[in-house]
Amino acid sequence: MSFWKFSSPQTFYPVAKKLSVIFFVLAAVLTIWGLYIGFFVAPTDFQQGESYRIIFIHVPAAWMSMFIYLVMAFWAGVGLIWNTRLSSMMAHALAPTGAMMTFVALWTGALWGRPTWGTWWVWDARLTSELVLLFLYVGYIVLRSSIDDPRRGDRASAVLALVGVVNVPIIYFSVQWWNTLHQGASVSLTKSPSMASSMLLGMLVMALAFWMYSIAVSLVRVRKIIRQRESNASWLSESAG
Amino acid sequence: MEWGSLNEFLAMGGYGLYVWGSYLVTVVCILLEILTVRRG
Repeated sequence: MSFWKFSSPQTFYPVAKKLSVIFFVLAAVLTIWGLYIGFFVAPTDFQQGESYRIIFIHVPAAWMSMFIYLVMAFWAGVGLIWNTRLSSMMAHALAPTGAMMTFVALWTGALWGRPTWGTWWVWDARLTSELVLLFLYVGYIVLRSSIDDPRRGDRASAVLALVGVVNVPIIYFSVQWWNTLHQGASVSLTKSPSMASSMLLGMLVMALAFWMYSIAVSLVRVRKIIRQRESNASWLSESAG
Repeated sequence: MEWGSLNEFLAMGGYGLYVWGSYLVTVVCILLEILTVRRG
């Protein structure tokens, strides 16, 4: 048995089901733990009061919106170069979750910006580049579904995904490169954290929860895509998996 | 963090609308995603 046999939709299909259950359970446990820390352990912020508690979903959603894009572009690129069906399917399965995370990051950002900055929205570098990310996700999904031939749709949307990668470092470094209302990175590898350790822990646990959720829901979606695209394959009707 | 009462918890120090508005929409998004992905 080799690891690579899982690169065929047929062998991956039942595995994805088992994995998705594990990742959903992990996501649920981490969410309960993270929210407990976020609402019952982490102290009130001395500057922002209780409004800062939006951080426990805002930062994880924003991180995932960028991370999922990179993973999506990676699989799209693998599918483009090696012509592997499952890679392209994986890329398509990730896009709606990435778009959802981007929307959540923007929405919670608006609701945090209003009491903190006095405005729901500004056209500054961080916010605008994150909005561009949402358009990239939507464009990718629309382009993919507008091309009838699935293999051609895979290739065209993969090119879009790869070109859009340039936006991710722009989002990440926008707070350093330009003057923006948005604060700098909350977590840095080179500096000690600027917030209370329980706040940081709650945020990291919630980020892990969002990560596990994204994997779980994408696995369920990739199974759906496999069912649609391989619907005339005999193995699908034989296995009830 | 200790909350004196449920009302205090819901009020979020006057930021209830913003905090719960964020959490509620996130939960709705996740539920909608799970529902759509389970269909078909």
